[in-house]
Amino acid sequence: MSALLLTVLLPLAGALVLALLRSLPLAGWINVAVSALSFAASAWLAWSVAAAGEIAGLGFRVDAFNVYLVVLTAFVGLTTSIFSRPYMRHVCKTGLTTERGMRVYHAMYQAFMFTMLLALTTDNLGVLWVAVEGATLATVLLVSLYRTPEAVEAAWKYFILCGVGIALALFGTVLTYFAAQHALADPAAGLTWSILYRHAGGLEPAVMSLAFVFLLVGYGTKVGLVPMHQWLPDAHSEGPTPMSAVLSGLLLNVALYAVVRLKMLVDGSLAGTASPHLAGYLLMGFGMVSFLVAGLFLHRQRDIKRMFSYSSIEHMGLMTFAFGMGGPLATFGALLHMLVHSLTKSAIFVTVGHAAHIAGTQRIDHIRGLIRTQPVVGWSLLLGVAAIAGFPPFGVFTSEFLLLTATMQSQPWLTVALLSGLAVAFAGLFRHLHPMVYGPAPEGQLPVRANLLPVVVHLGLVLWLGLSIPPFLVAWLDRATQLITGAHLL
Amino acid sequence: MSITQLPLLQQLVLVLAAIVLFTSFVLLAQARLVSAIHAFAWQGGLAAAVTSVVAAAGHTPHLYFSALLTLLLKALLIPWMLHRLVHRLELDRHVDLLRRPALVVMAAVALVIFSYWLVLPMVQQELTFTRNIVAISLAVVLIGLLMMVFRQQAVVQVLGFMSMENGLFLAAVSATGGMPLVVELGVAFDVLVAMVLFGVFFFQIRANIDTLDVDRLNRLTETGGEEP
Amino acid sequence: MDYLLIASTWGLALLQALLFAALAPLLVGWVRKVKAWLQNRRGAPLLQPYRDLYKLLGKEVRVAHTASVLFRAAPYVVFIATWLAASAVPLVAVALPTAAIADIIVVVGLLALARFFLALAGMDVGTAFGGMGASREMLVSALAEPAMLMAVFTLAMTAHSTNLASVVDAQLAGGLVLRPSYLFALGALILVALAETGRIPVDNPTTHLELTMIHEAMILEYSGRHLALMEWAAQIKLLLYGVLIANIFLPWGIAGSLAPADLALGLAAVVLKLLALGAALALAETVLAKMRLFRAPAFLNLALLLALLGLLGHVILEVGA
Repeated sequence: MSALLLTVLLPLAGALVLALLRSLPLAGWINVAVSALSFAASAWLAWSVAAAGEIAGLGFRVDAFNVYLVVLTAFVGLTTSIFSRPYMRHVCKTGLTTERGMRVYHAMYQAFMFTMLLALTTDNLGVLWVAVEGATLATVLLVSLYRTPEAVEAAWKYFILCGVGIALALFGTVLTYFAAQHALADPAAGLTWSILYRHAGGLEPAVMSLAFVFLLVGYGTKVGLVPMHQWLPDAHSEGPTPMSAVLSGLLLNVALYAVVRLKMLVDGSLAGTASPHLAGYLLMGFGMVSFLVAGLFLHRQRDIKRMFSYSSIEHMGLMTFAFGMGGPLATFGALLHMLVHSLTKSAIFVTVGHAAHIAGTQRIDHIRGLIRTQPVVGWSLLLGVAAIAGFPPFGVFTSEFLLLTATMQSQPWLTVALLSGLAVAFAGLFRHLHPMVYGPAPEGQLPVRANLLPVVVHLGLVLWLGLSIPPFLVAWLDRATQLITGAHLL
Repeated sequence: MSITQLPLLQQLVLVLAAIVLFTSFVLLAQARLVSAIHAFAWQGGLAAAVTSVVAAAGHTPHLYFSALLTLLLKALLIPWMLHRLVHRLELDRHVDLLRRPALVVMAAVALVIFSYWLVLPMVQQELTFTRNIVAISLAVVLIGLLMMVFRQQAVVQVLGFMSMENGLFLAAVSATGGMPLVVELGVAFDVLVAMVLFGVFFFQIRANIDTLDVDRLNRLTETGGEEP
Repeated sequence: MDYLLIASTWGLALLQALLFAALAPLLVGWVRKVKAWLQNRRGAPLLQPYRDLYKLLGKEVRVAHTASVLFRAAPYVVFIATWLAASAVPLVAVALPTAAIADIIVVVGLLALARFFLALAGMDVGTAFGGMGASREMLVSALAEPAMLMAVFTLAMTAHSTNLASVVDAQLAGGLVLRPSYLFALGALILVALAETGRIPVDNPTTHLELTMIHEAMILEYSGRHLALMEWAAQIKLLLYGVLIANIFLPWGIAGSLAPADLALGLAAVVLKLLALGAALALAETVLAKMRLFRAPAFLNLALLLALLGLLGHVILEVGA
């Protein structure tokens, strides 16, 4: 219990401290320290959950599904904070932002971590909503940190679109509460997920289907499902690089987690009716459309960060599709994919930040010859893109292989769509990547001070996960699969 | 069962909810910025009134607190903040004309009918007296959404967003008899923080494009990036 | 068959119709008096409109040589149609034989007939102002009639009939019921009444500037007894709308039977309600300014919206409440 409280409340305390702190160098170190402590606490929490099965109390609930997401969030938060410390100091020195902006940045970084961890560990659907909305609010100011017209536009679009989406999700939550009033003996507990899950069969199917549509549209906006994705490429490309890394790597996962938790409720409610797989079909539909559309849009991009944000949309679509299909194999694959995608995408964004720094611009046609100018950046980018495109022996290959196998088992014709989507995305990524890494380096392009430790660590982890997943992780994911689908994979 | 069989307080709830719907129409079509803020304040005040009458008629005293919270936040604090922002942005006499008001209002009426149809199967078996207001609250949410789509001025879009929150609050009160207090406080806090951030954003937008007409924020396009 | 009873009820109906025509100038006098008080004047005496009508009836009729038969006939048609519509509206008692024709749609139709002839008369002489007034009147009424009918249908959905007497009876039978649909229908009817009777903010009844006129422009060429009939018809129309609003939405006091005590109470009640409505009208006319003509459609769209919301409110909130 104390591990849980420490994990969640440390970032909150850190945010308060950083909001009051005036010294910029110290702020960077405190950010790293708080993230490190939070990661340690989350590792302790994971160990406790592995021993005890699950921990619940005070409105929180940590089981096998969300504990590994908590550890992942804390870990990526830590590595990104290590990267962001010197990066943001450099940004401040070059005048892209002010000292006051840096204070906002550091305080909001920890506030963002707090809201994400709160969303992952809470048992109350209302608090989940408050936390996801809080995560949006915490990052909105950070997207517009550089105060350029494009940044302000991206932040406004992000704010408005996500705000509207979240409001619809609140209506879905109200409808769920409404359904719970009749199914539960104690109506006041109608927002507690674990109680709702136990009594899911008694929830009125018509109400739950309507609620799920609203919840999917609402939280799906934050996942980046097409056609609610319009904010994602702008927000992920205009913010500072560490922000892009955490937004792409972590916030999308949290939103997808919320969708999956709610899908578990709806599946229980619709189990005896004429259309028991409605939630699954909806997820599959949105997921497949996002996957295909994002793969196509990838080709047209001229900004490197926008290109990788579309890649995020594509992968989130793939995961949504897999969760929609259901079944142990697809769910295991999707859980693994959440993990490896998070690690790879944040590593890529960090590398892209370096590449943009070397070339002085984010436009793809102006970034050339990275491998000649600074080989470590060029190689990182190459390996990162290879990883995200699904090359073996990286972990993404493993999870995509599992997903394809699952699709062949349950929906064989959709395998064609998946494979062609993967091929289109692969072509798009490498088409843009090749000149960036191998093209002729422009005159006077100099290497920069590189802080690629997070990249190395992340890609190393992804490689390890591709070659041999450690048994404890397999057991973890298997338990999570069992929680979600009711059946073990292994 | 028709309205004549309900006690007077419950009839009052229905009348107040109908006036809330009317204020969302007024918000939708009102061109003058300051009058739109006043209409939003009235909407918040009437939503608080609905909640307190529901509390009185249904004997659920915890709703009085929600009503007070809504009154303070939505009818007083947020309109005051918007007023101050409008004054600082020198938009006191700003008029943001709707291009085709008749069409937009007709779309709003269609949304009312749509929301009635949508919640009808849900509430037919309900026995509480507030069940007819669920359709009204969904209509207020959707009309707020319509307002955000069709109006181009940033302050008015924020009013649309806040009006959506009003509709959601009303939905919670009418469908479920109020959400748990923790959630209510969290939502109110989120709305307040959102309002503060919106205020910051108005100044950032104006500093960048010299106007609050967000249609002019169009440098990021789908063909992949900013103009050089 | 009790011929005495039938004769007495028909007599009472005739008496009510005569009372309508007799009370109309008094309402206009009262409105003008209250306006004067609000403007810190003493104003003309309450009975001045009667004196004006009497004066006009005695004056010579001058008809333009371009006028046709229609020009001479129109005042009579307008007056009789308006009076007939007014006689159907329950003023003092509900249970009169005229209640059988007291269908709201009949009333609207008769008023439309009167308006039609008024517009034709305006255009008949061929002056510019007459044609302008006629086209403006048609614009206003084209938008006001759907709003009025929508409000009427809202009332009819509750009372399950468009007969005015049934509507009043239904409202009386229900006791004090707060109906959202009635609230919106009241708003719509008030706005429509302001537009149809040519009051501020749609049309200024006391203006002398021809380019701002709507109703006055159509009767600009009339004189003598023709003008008296047109003016009287306009006054009866104002009283008609006032009685509609008063007796449908606040019907308490209206005589349910034909006993003399009930009738006296009904008369007192309706006079009180009309005094209040007249004062409210005078206040509105003092506070508001006349709108420019191209903003009149927005005003009437608001009326239509209110009526629509009343209808929707009835279906969503009241049925199965």
